[in-house]
Amino acid sequence: MRGKLKIYLGYAAGVGKTFRMLEEAQAMRLKGADLVIGYFEPHGRKETIAKTEGMEIVPRRKIAYAGTQFEEMDTEAILRRKPAVAVVDEFAHTNVPGSERLKRWQDVDALLDAGIDVLTTLNVQHLESLNDQVWDVTGIRVRETVPDWVVDAADEVVFVDLTPRALRNRLERGVVYAPEKAQKAMENFFIESNLTALREMAMRHAAHELEDKLEAAPAGQAPAVETERIMICLTGRPSSAMLIRRARRVADYLQAGCLALHVARGPSMDEIAERHMSFARNLRIETHIVEGESVAQAIADFARKERVTQIFMGRSAPLPWWKRFRETTVQQVVRRARDMQITIVAERRR
Amino acid sequence: MPKREDRRPDPGDLLRRVEAGERRESRGRLKVFLGYAPRVGKSLRMFDEGGRRKARGQDVVVVALQQPPGPEIQAVVDRLEIVPQADQGAIDLVAVFRRHPQVCLIDGLAQSNPPGSRNPQRWQDVRDLLDNGIAVITAINVQHIREQQDAVERITHKRASHSIPQAFLQEADEIEVVDAPPEALLEGAAPANMPDARQLSELRELALLLAADVIDRQLQEYLDEHGVTARWGAQERILVCLTPKSSAVEMLRSGYRNAQRFHGALLAAYVEQPELDAEDRARLEHHMALAREMGAEVHCLNGADFVSAILDFGREQRITQLFLGHSLSDVRAPFLRSPVDRLIDAADEFDVRIFPHRDA
Repeated sequence: MRGKLKIYLGYAAGVGKTFRMLEEAQAMRLKGADLVIGYFEPHGRKETIAKTEGMEIVPRRKIAYAGTQFEEMDTEAILRRKPAVAVVDEFAHTNVPGSERLKRWQDVDALLDAGIDVLTTLNVQHLESLNDQVWDVTGIRVRETVPDWVVDAADEVVFVDLTPRALRNRLERGVVYAPEKAQKAMENFFIESNLTALREMAMRHAAHELEDKLEAAPAGQAPAVETERIMICLTGRPSSAMLIRRARRVADYLQAGCLALHVARGPSMDEIAERHMSFARNLRIETHIVEGESVAQAIADFARKERVTQIFMGRSAPLPWWKRFRETTVQQVVRRARDMQITIVAERRR
Repeated sequence: MPKREDRRPDPGDLLRRVEAGERRESRGRLKVFLGYAPRVGKSLRMFDEGGRRKARGQDVVVVALQQPPGPEIQAVVDRLEIVPQADQGAIDLVAVFRRHPQVCLIDGLAQSNPPGSRNPQRWQDVRDLLDNGIAVITAINVQHIREQQDAVERITHKRASHSIPQAFLQEADEIEVVDAPPEALLEGAAPANMPDARQLSELRELALLLAADVIDRQLQEYLDEHGVTARWGAQERILVCLTPKSSAVEMLRSGYRNAQRFHGALLAAYVEQPELDAEDRARLEHHMALAREMGAEVHCLNGADFVSAILDFGREQRITQLFLGHSLSDVRAPFLRSPVDRLIDAADEFDVRIFPHRDA
C-alpha cells in the first residue's frame, strides 16, 4: 500500500513548520512508530535541533558537482532501511545535478510508493499555480516549485501559522537567520505587507485543499461530475507559462477538465512551444497539436470537437500600425467561437 | 460570500481612521488564537506564548483559565502568576486593574459574565483592559463568532449560546490560526457533543477562510493607510459588466459560481447611459435586481467613456476577473475598435472573460 503524505504548510521561513513536524514526529516515535529522519535542515536553530533528540537519522549522500561537495537526501538508503515513517524537510527542494531524481518531491514519491509514510514541510510560495501571484505581490520569482497536483494528492495538509509580527520578532532576535542575513531579509522579502499577503494565500490554499477532499468524498451523494472543460491555446509567446498556470488554477477551483492546444503552421514545432507543452504536461494538462493555416479557425474547430466550454488565451501581440485594420488572433477567435466563453488572461507585470 | 464596503475614502471614513489610529497608540495590543473546535490546542498555544513572553521579561499574568485545565496547560500555568477568578469564573477586573500587569492571558473569550458584573460579556472586559493599556492574549473557537454561527449551525446542527461580534476580532492586532488534523481532536475519549470528522473538516475550512478574510481586510487597511496601490490580491474578485443586451443571467450565474468556488467577491457594474429606451432600461433594471439577488455588490458608474469607466473601477476595486458579453463587440463603428477589443488591450491587471451572446 502507498504511504501517506502529510504536509506542514507555512508562508515563510521561520514560522515553525519544521519544529511542528518534528514535535509530531517525536510524539509518534514515543508511541512506538518506526520513524527516521530522511532529511532535516537545521539552519542552526537550537530549539528545532533539540526536537530531533533520540531520533534515527539516515546519513545524507555526498554528491560532487562543479568542484563542490553537496549533500542530498539518500533516498535509496531510506528505501533499504524501510521505516514506517520518514521525516523529509523542504519538499520543494531541487536536487543537485547528478542526483537520482530532479526534485525532492520525486524522492518523496518514491518513498510513498514503497509504502513509507512521509512528513514534509512546504511554503505556499513554492506552489506552481501561485508563482505569478507571488511574484506580483513580492517581486520575487520563486524558482523551486512543486506542481499543485502533488500537493493535492497529500493525505493531510496542516497549516502552520505565526503572525507576521511574531515572525519579524523572531528574525530580530536572530532565531531564524544569522543577524546580517536577518537584517537584509527584513528589508526585502520579510516586509510586513508581503508576509501578510503570503499568509493569506497559505490560509486560502489550506482551505482549498480541505474543500477538495470534502468534495472528493461527499457525504451521501455521488461525486461531482466534470461540468466544464477549459482549453488553453499555447503559442510560443513568453507569457504562455503564466497563461498555463492561471488556467490550471481556475480549472482546479472549478473542478473542470483542462487541456492545451498548439496550432502548428507546419509539421515542425518550434522549440519554445515544445517547452510550454512539456510544462503543461508536468501540470497534468493533456496536450494536443493540430496543423492549420488559420490559427483561429483551428482553435474554434478543435474546441467544438472537444466540447470545450471555456477557451483560455494570452493576449495577441499588438499589430504594427500598417496592419491595424486586420484582426488579431484573439479577435478572430472571439468572432469565430461565439458560442463559447473566452478568457484572455492578463499579462500581469510589475 | 464576504461582502466588502466600498473602498473609496469618504471624509467620515478618514476621520474614523484617524481616531482609530489614535486609540491604537494608547491601547493595549490584542492577540487572538483562533481555533476551529475544542481540543485543537489553542489554549495551550496561548499559555505557551505567555510563558515565553515572561521568560523574555514581560509582566504576564493569567486572569481567566478554563476549568479543569488539562495536564499540559496546568504545567505551563504553574510557572505563571494567576489573578484568581471571581464568582462563577468571571474575571476579577478590580483585582486585575489593581495589579495592572503588562499582559493578561484570557481563555474562553466568548464566556458570559454572571448577572451584576460590570460587563455582561467577557469580551467587553477585555476591551476595558485594552482601553487601559493592558495587552491581552486570548483564545476563541469559530463557533463563538456571531457572524459565523449560521454557517457553523449548518455544519454541526448546533449553535453555541455565547458569542462575540466579528468586529471585535477585526480589531485584533494579531490573529493566529491554530490548525491540526481532525483525527488529533478525536483521539482518546472525545468530549460529548464533539462534531464528527467530516464536520470538523468543514469547521476547519470555515476558520481558515474567516482568518483569511480578516487579514485581507487588515492588509487592505494597511495599504490604504500607507498610500500603497494594491496589487493582485490573494482573493479573487469578479466584476460582471451589465448592459441591456448582454446575457446577464449566464454571466451572473457563472460569476456567482466562480466567486463561491474561490471564496471570492462578486461585483456587478453598469455604466450610466442617458439615451436608453424604455425597453432597454427595463432589461437593465431586471439584470441589476438579479445581481443583487445573487449577493453581488451592484455599482452604477458614471463616465463619458464606457471602457475607461470600467477600467478605472476595476483597478480601484482590485478586480481579478472581468466578465463581458459578446454583444459589446458588435458596437463597432467603421475604423473604431469595439469596447471588447479596447478592454482586452488595456486590462493588463485582470483576466477578461467574454460570454456568448444568447438572445433571451
